This record gives sequence, structure tokens and C-alpha cells, in this order.
Amino acid sequence: MVAEVKEKKPIVEIFGYKQYFNEGKRNEVRAVNDVSFNIYKGETFGLVGESGSGKSTTGRALIKLGDITGGQILYKGQDITKIKGRGNLLDFRKSMQMIFQDPYASLNPRITVKDIIGGALKVHGLYKNSSERNERVYELLEQVGLSKEFANRYPKEFSGGQCQRVGIARALAVEPDFIIADEAISALDVSIQAQVVNLLKELKKENNLTYLFIAHDLSMVKYISDRIGVMNSGRILEIAEADELYQAPLHPYTESLLSAIPTPDPELERNRIRTEYDPKYHQYEDLSKVGLHEIAPEHYIYCHQDEVELYRKKRDKLLREGQKYA
Amino acid sequence: MDNTNVLEIKDLAISFKTFEGKVQAVRGVNFELKKGETLAIVGESGSGKSVSTKAVNRLLPKKNSIIESGQILFEGKDLLTISDKEMQEIRGNDIAMIFQDPMTSLNPTMQVGRQIAEPMIKHQHLSNEQAREKAIELMRLVGIRNPEQTHKHYPHQFSGGMRQRVMIAISLACEPKILIADEPTTALDVTIQAQILNLMNNLKQELDTSIIFITHDLGVVAQMADRVAVMYAGQIVEIGTADEIFYNPMHPYTWGLLASMPTLDVNQTDLYNIPGSPPNLLHPPVGDAFAPRNEFALEIDFEQEPELFKVTDTHYAKTWLLHPEAPDVTPPAEVVRRKAKYESLYAEKKTSNQVGGEVVGSRG
Repeated sequence: MVAEVKEKKPIVEIFGYKQYFNEGKRNEVRAVNDVSFNIYKGETFGLVGESGSGKSTTGRALIKLGDITGGQILYKGQDITKIKGRGNLLDFRKSMQMIFQDPYASLNPRITVKDIIGGALKVHGLYKNSSERNERVYELLEQVGLSKEFANRYPKEFSGGQCQRVGIARALAVEPDFIIADEAISALDVSIQAQVVNLLKELKKENNLTYLFIAHDLSMVKYISDRIGVMNSGRILEIAEADELYQAPLHPYTESLLSAIPTPDPELERNRIRTEYDPKYHQYEDLSKVGLHEIAPEHYIYCHQDEVELYRKKRDKLLREGQKYA
Repeated sequence: MDNTNVLEIKDLAISFKTFEGKVQAVRGVNFELKKGETLAIVGESGSGKSVSTKAVNRLLPKKNSIIESGQILFEGKDLLTISDKEMQEIRGNDIAMIFQDPMTSLNPTMQVGRQIAEPMIKHQHLSNEQAREKAIELMRLVGIRNPEQTHKHYPHQFSGGMRQRVMIAISLACEPKILIADEPTTALDVTIQAQILNLMNNLKQELDTSIIFITHDLGVVAQMADRVAVMYAGQIVEIGTADEIFYNPMHPYTWGLLASMPTLDVNQTDLYNIPGSPPNLLHPPVGDAFAPRNEFALEIDFEQEPELFKVTDTHYAKTWLLHPEAPDVTPPAEVVRRKAKYESLYAEKKTSNQVGGEVVGSRG
């Protein structure tokens, strides 16, 4: 699913981003350790890893929910830590929106869907009066596949999938350029996940969006991402274009993530061998030659300089043998 | 796996009283559970899969739930009619349950070792000392490291996966005959899920427990189940062995579920989805409940509810498409691919004759 990225202009650039909690104290947690990557305009970047890998922390830092410990994050060329003042922040947040994991917890249960979606429009002062605002709300509801009669209902009257659509409509309301979907489908039934993924793909095309799609499992990410980054214990271990990652998963952690996905095929499952991953694998004593090394065009692995050749050979072998996980 | 039934559910119907009226959550469910088998119940949220199994343990709220009809037979007793006291002897002892959310189903103010020991003290009348030792043993069995120390920890000191292991240890404490696992891995990461499923499969083989496994994820089902029941709008619409459901599905709803599963095949770029949402069971639709979302619906689907048609001795499906007079339809490409695989598997099994006792057969 390689969308044509016409001009490869980065919209987000992250350099050496670090996030420590309780810094300097005994219970210091190094949630993110030196993460660098770019997100190009018009693409969907998938960020995958298990809980505690730092993927959500990265997403939150990007939208300025909390201060970063170290490194630099540029959004449209501007350092986000330098954005100050209510007006500038409003502009920033109008351009970048977020869809959250838990569809129920992220909607205010005491106000109607009209006010949930309209609230964003009001804060940004986008429409003069309430009737214009309501028109826009109806339009948005239709865009996410809900009927406009739903506008006066409360979140509890909706199913999980419908709530997530409301969350998406809210994010779209202010016409952002960039949307962070933080585990937006993890809480939904598999059949509903398919609906929401297809909706997000459609909306992206219609509205010229760029996504950061955060998830813990590699199966759905494939349908929506152009490039995928795999994270574990605060580091990006592998970045590659989506097709490449599934054809030639190189890092042992990516392999273990892929092997953990259950496939709906009993015969395959009976003969399946799962590989477990030990995080010690990517802890190097001497860090001087360790980093993200390019194995193939656009395919990076976190490893020691000496390992690069091995990974290149592994990649050639995998591509020769054909798909491993199909 | 032998063929004796440990549990039989007959014509179970359950409703809930709400402000708006009576919601018919379960509408006539029949199934049996054999000794040592894993029966998976699949369906979307609201299909009645959790409600029917909660009824087995009598865990439905007394205030607003109504058992409209049916029997749940366990060792010759109808679990719906026995006294509360008798039920307490069975619950957690013969029939144990693993819940979806390990965060909220453990007692946050009680040491986990104590929580594992509790059912053994209650049901098997072990002393505190004996129960604690057995609890530590169980913790080791489910793969919790260093149980001599960690049994004194509280739930918040464990990660999600470890908490789910504690839940499993509690449910296994009395070596139950039946284990009901209600979406035990839905809240977990895929890697942890793989570990937990592995663990459950191993324990099942060791203890010869029968498992009812409730989930919405067909991938998990493929890994766990001997037989599969597909539920929709409070009814079982298709039931069969795992191979029959995955390789020779008959019901259009099962087709939709299978086709909407993501695969890791690089060439597949579009994802099928079942349009619409499940019906409101306040007023269940006339005819086949799935008809409005079903692209293969026949006229009769909107008028009359289909019966359960027999495909093989183990495989039944509730769709008019199996009626002798029904027109031939071509299922989605994904299902056609699966049926082809079934044919080849079936041919292999017939010639090799390696698999004993497994019922295979195909129709149409």
C-alpha cells in the first residue's frame, strides 16, 4: 500500500528524543532513550511495540502533552518546545490532533455528541454562530459514517466502534494536517477494527492527512502504514517501508512480534513456532558504534556497525526465500 | 478427548430488564461441552457470548436478569434450579472462570498468594499453611518468577500479563472440571497473549480440563479451539469443529468474520468489513437477525427465521442458504480460498489416515 508520496518533505523530525520520568531520583524511569525518525508529509507512519516500549510517550511528546527531557522535535520545521503562548499553542493544536485508545473514556459522558465535536470548533472560534457550527458537526458525522440524528445523543448510547467514530470526527473538526492515532483500534472488536481502519484510510485521502499510527500489534498496521517503526524499551529497533518490513523482518524483536500474531488458520497454528525476544539482545556494552544503520534503502536497524553485513545477508536470504509470514 | 458431555446447555434464553424494555440478550442457545475439549465461542460485543457463560456460573445480576427458559446440566444437576448454597460448592471448585480484565477482577487490597489460596481453603478445606504452599506451587506452574517472594505482593505490583497469570492460578486452584475463559487475553499485548495462550494449552493437556473460550478474535480461536460456536444477536448461527468453521464455513456471518481478519500477506491491501452494526435486541428483527447486514440475504431471510441445518454430524449452520431450494452463491474470495484448502486437507487426511477420530466431511 505505498501511497504516492510526491515530494518527500518531512512534516515531523525527531532528533535524539529522550524522556525520563523522576529524573535523578531512585525510581527514575527511562521511558524513551534516544529516538530519531522523520514523518513525511502525506504518509502514515506506524509505530509498533508492546506496552512499556515508549511508543505512546513519543506520541504524547509530539503533541506537547508534557515536557521532553532531551533531544529536539520539529513540526513543520519549528521546534515545538519553543511554541509558547495561548495563540501559538492554539494554532499548533489546530494543526495536530489526536485520537485516543479508549473510546468511552476519551469522550465526556455528560455532554452530547454535538457539544463534544462542536467544542473544538468553539475553542478555535472557527464559526460565527451555533447554527453554522451545527452544520459543520452534521457534516463531520456524515463523514465518519454516522447519521446526523446522533448529534443529540450521549456517548453511552453508542457502541465502542461508534464512539471511536465520534472521536475521529472530533479530531477532524478543526481540519488538522497531522493526526496521532494512539492505539485507536486496540479496544475494538476485530470486525469493527476493519471498519475503522478503512474509514481512516478514506479520510486520509479526502483530507490530505498525515498519520502517526501507534499500535501494539503488527497485523492491522500493515493495512494503513507506508512506513513502520518498531520500538522496544525506549528505542527504535527497526524502521522500514511497510512491505519491506513484512517481507524481510530483520531485527529479532520484529520477528518475535510477527510470530506472536495469531492467524485465523488452525492448520497453520498447529505447526507454528513462536520466537521469544530477550531485550538483552539490543543492549550493547560499548555504544560508540551502535545506532540505526541503514541495511537497505529506507530500511534501518539498531545495531553495531559490525552487524550490518550480517543483516544485509539475512535480508538477501529472506527476499530470495519469499514471504515468511504469509 | 473422550465423548462424554461435562456440560449441556439446552434452549437457554435470557433477558434483561431495562428502562426501555426487555432486552433479549440470549435467544435459545444449545450446546454441549465434552470432556477435555476447548470450545470457543466467537462473536461481536453484544452477541450474548458472555451472558450465556455467566449464566453457567450463575453470575448474572439477580435484580434485572430473567432466565426465560432452558436448562444448564452439569453432572445431572440443572444449575439454574439448584440452591445458592449448592451453587457455591460448584462455583470456583468444579467450574472456574477467568475474566477479561485482570486489573479489575483481582482484589487490590489482598496479597495475590492469599487470593490464590482462598478457594483451596474454602473448597478443599486446606489449612492456611498448606494452601499457601500450594499457591506458591501454582504460581510457579503459571510461570510467575520467584513466587516465594512475590506471593506476598499486591496486584498493582504486577504487570498486566502477570496479573492474568495470577487469575489463571486462582481459577486452577481447585483443578476445575470446566474452565470458562472470558476474553482472557483481549487486554494484553500480542507477545504476552501468545505466552498466556501457550500456558493455557499446556495446562489443559496436563489437567484434562474442559475449556469454554470466549473471544472476538478468530486468530486466537485457531490457536486454541477444538470446536467453535459462532454467536450473533443472542443465537448460535454456526457450530462445528475448528477445521469445519475455518475451512468450510457455511454462514454468511462467519464468512464476513473470516474475511475481515487481517493477514500478513503483503499482496493483500484492502480489508473487507461487515457493513452496519448488530441489531438492537430490545426488538429483535423478524426473520434472520443478520439479514440487514448480509449481502447474500434471500427474501425469506426477512420473513422467517432459518432453522439449524445439518452439514455434518458435528457441523450445523443457521442459514437459508443451506436449504435444498436455495440458490447457489459465491462466497467472498477469502472463503473460497479456505474451502479449497479444506478440500486438500480432507484429501490428505483421507489418504494418510493419521488423524483418528476426527470427523471430516464436506457438503456442496
